Amino acid sequence: MTDTAARPQAEGSFSAGFSWAMARDLTLAWRHPDEAVLTVAFFALVASLFPLGIGAEPQLLARIGPGVIWVGALLAAFLALPGLFATDYADGSLEQMTLSPHPALGWAAGKVAAHWIVSGLPLTLLSPLIGLQYGLAPDTLGIQAVSLLVGTPILSLLGGACAALALGARGGGMLLALLALPLFVPVLIFGAGAAEAQATGMSPAPHLSLLGAGLIASLVGLPFAIGTAVRISVD
Amino acid sequence: MTGKHRSGAPDVLQVRDLACRRGPALLFSGIAFEVAGGELLCVRGPNGCGKTTLLRCVTGLTRPDEGIISWHGQPAQVDPERMRAGMAYAGHLPSLKDDLTAEENLDFSLRLRGARTTAEERREALAAVGLDKRRRIPARRLSAGQRRRIGLARLALDPAELWVLDEPLTALDDAGQELFISLLDRHLARGGLALAATHHRLAPPSAVVRELRLG
Repeated sequence: MTDTAARPQAEGSFSAGFSWAMARDLTLAWRHPDEAVLTVAFFALVASLFPLGIGAEPQLLARIGPGVIWVGALLAAFLALPGLFATDYADGSLEQMTLSPHPALGWAAGKVAAHWIVSGLPLTLLSPLIGLQYGLAPDTLGIQAVSLLVGTPILSLLGGACAALALGARGGGMLLALLALPLFVPVLIFGAGAAEAQATGMSPAPHLSLLGAGLIASLVGLPFAIGTAVRISVD
Repeated sequence: MTGKHRSGAPDVLQVRDLACRRGPALLFSGIAFEVAGGELLCVRGPNGCGKTTLLRCVTGLTRPDEGIISWHGQPAQVDPERMRAGMAYAGHLPSLKDDLTAEENLDFSLRLRGARTTAEERREALAAVGLDKRRRIPARRLSAGQRRRIGLARLALDPAELWVLDEPLTALDDAGQELFISLLDRHLARGGLALAATHHRLAPPSAVVRELRLG
């Protein structure tokens, strides 16, 4: 009667979980591009409003450009955060992920990677265009894009951990802002610092190295933290 | 517990001294049972007596305050991945994505379970639950019962040995309920086991059905 030996045993792996989560979230983002478009539009609008409000004085714009672009990117990345786990939490997908044989590390990293591809990556690609509005020099534009390329994944990872912690809490959006935005501050300082150093003729290398170190530390520690926070939230 | 006839097969799932509180209230304590291959254990009791919590404790979603859950003779905490690989949970929440079609939903849920299935197998499973014509329609445009049927197709293809089912008959019409019973019967006849919280009387013909009363 029992043929459990012949039963094909399901097997979980990091890579299967990672590619599963990334493929699924990218498919969903493709079906419903409004959220990704909103993120990018918000970034472009915020960064374009500053010159209108402050006045078109070239020196001033070039001075504040890197900082304004980074703040705009940070807020836009934050805007995309609440949806990262909330729908999966509401429809029970997170329960199934927690119960899947794939390690939490895999699908948590996959979800964050997909989130970065639809939020951080477009912001990075758009930043040189926005930088032109501020009259930034070509080398500054380049460093600006590099700092965003290294910095926005940190924002996605940190934000993902905060979003997972804030799941299920009443007023989760407000809690998420209070949790995530202070943690974004170091990323903002070193990210904007890199482009500003380049613009003032100093080396951006120290800022970029610190950002890179932050990215490595986040990559190692945060997917695990996200998996654990999700497990606590679905309890 | 009414333990009428046991199948005689070795116990796969063993639960000892399970207790769980929600806030100050003790939901249940001293729960003990075992389920062997080919057996179905129905958890019964009035609303709010902790059936869902009991099921969630067994799956590992909720941490019980006391008690040991053993899977194939080994405490589940020792190797949770092994138990998760051998267990399919169908809870109240559908875990369906409204923007994906029935076919895509089925594919993604099975891949999450680590199950390797072909497109042909998935198509047949959807046809078997009566969704052949609607498999390319986004899940948001399916009725509640049709959405439950995607869950049935998922169970049919899941290689899990243990099914943990929370009110499996909700929103299913008569034909859907019969379909579910036949799927459950096939699963149990192949040596699988099931734990179900339900108000209905489940009587798959080839299974040993036992009851656990709460509250």
